Amino acid sequence: MVSTGPTNGSDERHPMTGNRMDSGDAAAHSWGEFERHRYDVVVIGAGGAGLRAAVAAHDAGARVAVVCKSLLGKAHTVMAEGGIAASMGNLYPDDNWRVHFRDTMRGGKMLNNWRMAQLHAQEAPERVLELEDWGALFDRTPDGLISQRDFGGHRYARLAHVGDRTGLEMIRTLQQHVVSLGIDVFMECTVTDIFKAPAGRGPGRVSGAFAYWRETGRFVVFEAPAVVLATGGIGKSYQVTSNSWEYTGDGHALAMRTGASLINMEFVQFHPTGMVWPPSVRGLLVTESVRGDGGALRNSEGQRFMFDYIPEYFKEETADSVEEAEGWYADKKNNRRPPELLPRDEVARAINSEIKAGRGSPHGGVYLDIASRRDAEFIKRRLPSMYHQFKELADVDITKEPMEVGPTCHYVMGGVEVDADTEESIVTGLYAAGEVAGGMHGSNRLGGNSLSDLLVFGRRAGHHAAYYTHRLRDDRPAIAEDDVRNAADRALAPFEIQDGGENPYTIQKDLQDVMQRLVGIIRTADELSEALVEIERLKERAKHLAVEGNRQYNPGWHLAIDLTNQLIVSECIAKAALERKESRGGHTRDDYPGPDDSWGQVNLVLTLPGGDFASPVELRHQPLPVMPGELEELFD
Amino acid sequence: MTQTEAGTGVRSRGRASIEERTLRRDRWWQTPLAYGLTLAVVGLYLLYAVLVNRNYYWEPYISPMYSPCLTANCVANSGWGWFPSISPVTPALIIIVFPAGLRATCYYYRKAYYRSFFLSPPACAVAEPHKTYKGESRFPMVVQNVHRYFFYITLVFNAILTYDAVIAFRDHQGNWGHMGLGTLVLLVNAVLLWLYNLSCHSCRHVVGGRLRHFSKHPVRYWLWSQATRLNARHAQIAWASLVFVALTDLYVRLVASGTISDVRFF
Amino acid sequence: MGYDLSMRVWRGDAGGGALGDYTVAVEEGEVVLDAIHRLQATQAGDLAVRWNCKAGKCGSCSAEVNGRPRLMCMTRLSDFDPAETITVTPVRTFPVIRDLVTDVSYNYEKARQVPAVQLPPRDPDGKRRMMQQDVQRGQEFRKCIECFLCQDVCHVIRDHEDNKPKYAGPRFFIRYAELDMHPLDTTDRRKLAQDAAGLGMCNITKCCTEVCPEGIKITDNAIIPMKERVVDRKYDPVTWLGSKIRRRDPRDEV
Ligand SMILES: Cc1cc2nc3c(=O)[nH]c(=O)nc-3n(C[C@H](O)[C@H](O)[C@H](O)COP(=O)(O)OP(=O)(O)OC[C@H]3O[C@@H](n4cnc5c(N)ncnc54)[C@H](O)[C@@H]3O)c2cc1C
Ligand code: SF4
Ligand code: SF4
Ligand code: FES
Ligand code: FES
Repeated sequence: MVSTGPTNGSDERHPMTGNRMDSGDAAAHSWGEFERHRYDVVVIGAGGAGLRAAVAAHDAGARVAVVCKSLLGKAHTVMAEGGIAASMGNLYPDDNWRVHFRDTMRGGKMLNNWRMAQLHAQEAPERVLELEDWGALFDRTPDGLISQRDFGGHRYARLAHVGDRTGLEMIRTLQQHVVSLGIDVFMECTVTDIFKAPAGRGPGRVSGAFAYWRETGRFVVFEAPAVVLATGGIGKSYQVTSNSWEYTGDGHALAMRTGASLINMEFVQFHPTGMVWPPSVRGLLVTESVRGDGGALRNSEGQRFMFDYIPEYFKEETADSVEEAEGWYADKKNNRRPPELLPRDEVARAINSEIKAGRGSPHGGVYLDIASRRDAEFIKRRLPSMYHQFKELADVDITKEPMEVGPTCHYVMGGVEVDADTEESIVTGLYAAGEVAGGMHGSNRLGGNSLSDLLVFGRRAGHHAAYYTHRLRDDRPAIAEDDVRNAADRALAPFEIQDGGENPYTIQKDLQDVMQRLVGIIRTADELSEALVEIERLKERAKHLAVEGNRQYNPGWHLAIDLTNQLIVSECIAKAALERKESRGGHTRDDYPGPDDSWGQVNLVLTLPGGDFASPVELRHQPLPVMPGELEELFD
Repeated sequence: MTQTEAGTGVRSRGRASIEERTLRRDRWWQTPLAYGLTLAVVGLYLLYAVLVNRNYYWEPYISPMYSPCLTANCVANSGWGWFPSISPVTPALIIIVFPAGLRATCYYYRKAYYRSFFLSPPACAVAEPHKTYKGESRFPMVVQNVHRYFFYITLVFNAILTYDAVIAFRDHQGNWGHMGLGTLVLLVNAVLLWLYNLSCHSCRHVVGGRLRHFSKHPVRYWLWSQATRLNARHAQIAWASLVFVALTDLYVRLVASGTISDVRFF
Repeated sequence: MGYDLSMRVWRGDAGGGALGDYTVAVEEGEVVLDAIHRLQATQAGDLAVRWNCKAGKCGSCSAEVNGRPRLMCMTRLSDFDPAETITVTPVRTFPVIRDLVTDVSYNYEKARQVPAVQLPPRDPDGKRRMMQQDVQRGQEFRKCIECFLCQDVCHVIRDHEDNKPKYAGPRFFIRYAELDMHPLDTTDRRKLAQDAAGLGMCNITKCCTEVCPEGIKITDNAIIPMKERVVDRKYDPVTWLGSKIRRRDPRDEV
């Protein structure tokens, strides 16, 4: 009946994907025949965080597998443009981790986990230099050091970059390094469940993971005592987003279903500048580097409106006149930064208000103008992909005309609650790093802090996961065969429903509509409550998802599975947003417009005690970890 | 053109089964056809020019196909007479192998004739007719790797052709201060040939391309940058210089044969 | 200003398949991938297609549109006449998995065969110094998004399945070039490029350059310079002799 031990798949495995070569049988499966693999550490996700974790675990002597939904090298990280924040001080020797730490905390409106922010600021420079050891070619300063660029919220020019394709450089470098180390990669393989074995009290410990090959629809069981989640974000739950189909919050949902908790889910970052036209590319990111390199925001009256939106909190370091702002690009010592470079939440809200006030552009955005401010040569050299993106997708030559931009859902600050030093969740053996982890960015993430976050915490997660498995020795938790069977049944459920089933594409569209309309940038209690009711309805409908075709590379089926994750995550966002009665960072309540100090000490923690997408999400308050005195001093 | 045999190339087992050898609907055959025809016409003309062995010199103009005229059977005053007469063989033969070799192994012409004559491939995403293909990895095509030697040698030829253009500023009697249309033609021809050599990929490689640290060799970096700029136009220069060599020869030929008379500027 | 677009889309798998006719409503400003997605959402839920970024950055959505290798997300419908039928097939050089999805494992295998970068220790202050002009050649090649369209169009393997084991393809020629031009790398890969990677099989017909969505000058800036470097190492008696006498490889001509 049940197969004993892992089948040795190596001889008949697919050369790239590790897939079994005999073709998948449509609906039937017999229990003993799942492909099985045994590893020390399984990393879910091959973005910056996942790959860095895999390298660290490998270096610590663990047998590692990387599992990812797309091909290797296509994860979201590839789309990151601007740069990696690290206080290397190559251009401004005054820069150091303390300044970076302070910027990060202030950007996150002090809601960050201070310890994570500290580790992040301290370790980022070394992580960047490591990339260089592995072959990355960053842009250089005249002295031959890694060049650094300005970004919103950062006191100094701090972002290591390669033109506007830094994410590509990062993922390619890590990918090539992973390949040269011989780490096993399972591509186009989606994890749908994480297994646990009961362990005394507490939520148990990880015993493995369950996945299907997208190519054949066949199932795989990974036996592993440590699983690192590095699955990225949730943006696909919104209509206008810079995120791809992969961002269905799988890791967030997997963690909750396994018994772990999420924090800060009410904080969703809307990037101020996404494309607004043509409709098919609505939401596509326009990198912040456009502003860092001199771009200015204007409304339909031609006015640089950001000067009207400088909040009290940042008054001290922001230029209040056009002259001073202009002076800053050349002389950063004696001028304050232009308000266009305020943290993203501020700029996104300002743009939103301008559009609402009727001062928007024809396609419902505002103007981002670099054409009249920098020469064509400079623009093409510094922003080549932006130049092409607009040229090819919108027929706009950004060296001649302004761009039309508007806010787009970009990043989720919230994620799995983890221990700051080890990235372990409250479930033993379950780790999380990268966008899927919460805490590091507080209520708002600074640009460039994500790529560094991936490297710093990816490495920590991989490292600690490996050591955890070493410490286990032979005491490895076993996977209960019932769990495997249930996981398979759950995955195949959409094939069971024959008539009158729901189309996953339709439900996804409806969900995106609800989230965009009711849980967007500006929120109110009424709308959020309405959203929760709507989501409940969608969950009900999602119990009857049906798909056509068979299991072989079937996107409809894949979506049906991902959709349940989106529903869980959306509920978390709406629920936490309704609970937090203040405005802070990526969470703006029309009915509670200002920040509230008492809320500034509270994290909202979400769990899913039922373990199933149809069961309700629970929420509780938890005090923020307290910063030690010597760090506190940095803020006086 | 024969059809690719079923079961190979784009019809290999496992690939998406599509009958057509290409689904391109544009006139992809136009460019290779046009290039092939041009190459054939110019090539034939030059072959004719080499073989006729007359009307290549009309003082002070010499056809580039015959310069330097090294054998004793060169037309009076045209040559250097270094070698005994190898009549009836044309003196152009000794010379022509080098420029011809340069062009035959030129990275650009290789592209053009592999596409137009060898049809490998006739155009992008259009299946080629051959069953097997080894490219330039084996004899005879591996010989293409001598390209840089042709490059070096033809530099000397360019110098000589420049000299020819300069002495074309002398008139029929050998007095300086003359210029005719022929002078201009020889001058333009020499310039185009220089540009052709300077935009050559081997040139780009030897002046700096082979370095790993441009920063340590600013002069060579500058040279490389210039070669790179020219190199981007190498294809156009290749065509222009090829056609112009033929035209130069034609002009000298027409003047020398008395068909037309040289236009004299001063 | 939407209209109804006629499309022919290849459906099937390794066992066989055919072009299917579809009519799909499209809007102004859309790209081929939008049309495919609409097809998927409304008429063919199981139509298999790869994509991620929809912005020409990830290189997932490679296919052949009217016989030309293209990224579907960067092929605008406005480039075609609204009356024209657009034919979309999977790339024809790699085995098909289903519909528009192909098995590109060939490329991942070739990637494994390139020896990784090998740098000397860092400078005493823990940093590395490289000048912009020394890294910029490599940076051009690192723009590659691994869409594998160049690999798809290269006739050496497109038209000759039997060449696959001996041929790395243009994507990896730029990788060899990148490493060979890296200002600090210490490994000589030139012989490998010529022998194991099959650089000599490329006949510089430039189709790879024509299709590269990143505009990388694959042939002019990577393949031909690599061929010249191989000549330095393998075929040029003078540089060879020079390296014997001066005991210095032209590669070390720093
Ligand atoms: C357009 C854009 C520009 C950006 N620019 C910047 C910038 O300039 N600087 C910066 O710091 N940040 C930037 N960001 C943010 C940053 O890129 C992301 O937050 C970061 O890349 C996330 O990395 P990750 O490793 O967490 O996840 P990802 O890179 O998204 O990787 C997720 C991985 O998980 C896999 N996966 C997901 N679910 C499953 C599953 N169920 N089973 C198996 N595998 C799964 C996916 O296949 C993928 O491999 C940008 C983001 C976008 C969208
Ligand atoms: S130039 Fe070479 S590598 Fe590029 S497509 Fe042609 S044969 Fe292939
Ligand atoms: S070189 Fe160009 S065509 Fe080839 S894989 Fe890279 S991006 Fe694609
Ligand atoms: S002459 Fe054409 S490449 Fe050298
Ligand atoms: S979807 Fe990423 S390149 Fe087309």
